Amino acid sequence: MAIDLHKYANPRRFLKIASAIYPWSAGLTVILLLSGLYMGLFMAPPDYQQGDTVRIMFVHVPASWMALSIYTMMAVSSAVGLIWKHPVADLSAKAAAPIGACFTFLALVTGSLWGQPMWGTYWVWDARLTSMLVLLFLYLGYMAIWEGFDDPSKASKAAAILVLVGVINVPIIKFSVDWWNTLHQPASVATMEGPKIHGSILTPLLIMGAAYMALFVTLLIIRVKAEIMQRRLRILQISELRNR
Amino acid sequence: MNRFSTLISRDIRLALRQGSALTLSLSFFVIVIVLFPLGVGPELSILTRIGPGVLWIGALLACLLTLDRIFQADFEDGSLDLLVTGPLPVVAVVLAKVIAHWVTSVLPLIIVAPILALTLNMPFDGIWVLTVTLLIGTPTLSLIGSVGAALTVGMRRGGVLLSLLVLPLYIPILIFGAAAVEASVAVLDVTPHLLLMAGISLGALVICPIAAAAALRLALD
Repeated sequence: MAIDLHKYANPRRFLKIASAIYPWSAGLTVILLLSGLYMGLFMAPPDYQQGDTVRIMFVHVPASWMALSIYTMMAVSSAVGLIWKHPVADLSAKAAAPIGACFTFLALVTGSLWGQPMWGTYWVWDARLTSMLVLLFLYLGYMAIWEGFDDPSKASKAAAILVLVGVINVPIIKFSVDWWNTLHQPASVATMEGPKIHGSILTPLLIMGAAYMALFVTLLIIRVKAEIMQRRLRILQISELRNR
Repeated sequence: MNRFSTLISRDIRLALRQGSALTLSLSFFVIVIVLFPLGVGPELSILTRIGPGVLWIGALLACLLTLDRIFQADFEDGSLDLLVTGPLPVVAVVLAKVIAHWVTSVLPLIIVAPILALTLNMPFDGIWVLTVTLLIGTPTLSLIGSVGAALTVGMRRGGVLLSLLVLPLYIPILIFGAAAVEASVAVLDVTPHLLLMAGISLGALVICPIAAAAALRLALD
């Protein structure tokens, strides 16, 4: 495991593999997103109580999945970066943060747009919504701490410490709907007894989830590549100045 | 252990001799609380309703105000380097500084809080529970704050960043603290809230000094 990680920690090898994956993930994103949206918005049956507003779910639920998964991924790669000092691990955590913040924001916005017709209010201060908002602030704090340091290696360590402290929030969000009686409904896809949703709605939901995942991989590759290029550029500029 | 207590008493003595810091956070706390009745109007029923939350937010902000002092002064005059390279483990240094911070800038707030609660028309039971929740919950504020303070030590715009880093992590304590006092005002059982807060405090006691120590080592590299 550790040996494998070391192999992929080399930025050049990472770039090579990422470039090979990139066209596939980009193509997969387009296909899955189009088919998922078509199935979700046109083919899936309207809910017997909620009518067509239930279709917000196909945008909302996968976005919240991604918001939590990306934070977890950032925590894992920050831990890897902190322990084995892999440069790519830190960079991938940094590159993932704005994407995760966007998914969190998307989940909050679509959730409140869904809440207005269903609950009669855009926002309630229940456990799930509040902890999602906290997650957004954690993402923002993480991004801010990268800006706060001049030295990128120091910034990466400080950001890693922060993300590992904040990771306590992830299980709280995941289980908040089970622990507290909230307006938000409890988990209905990933439960012990299997999904509680009918296949006609579950299939587009899972396709949308896969589409978001592919989108995340595509964006992450672009952003990590840009980060690596930026570092190389900086090194070139410094050596240029030194030679002058 | 001897070194540990020496460090605590040194920090407390430093804070007391400077004097201004202690009265500063205290008067900030009092002014924030005073602003609320002026802002929302002096009706006693409303004040009873919002009292617990107001006092908790006031304590939280006053604590936030003094957080950067945990490490900043020692970082600037170089004694932090000596403390970290000294025989005491860095985790113990952090813990000693957290205790000193709590005693000098949070404990005075807890002593004044009951009096302010009286002016907000809170019942005696509520005031009693408020003091207990503050005693259980505020150590967590200092502990979590030490992580933020260690991360931002020596940073130019540290203060604003510190609040962005620390405030989201304060939310659970705020929720349970205010909920416990509200429960007691409504004559409900407060034990679950107190137990949850105690759990959070103990968890923070384990995690935060380690994280803050790692951040301190990083800042002093």
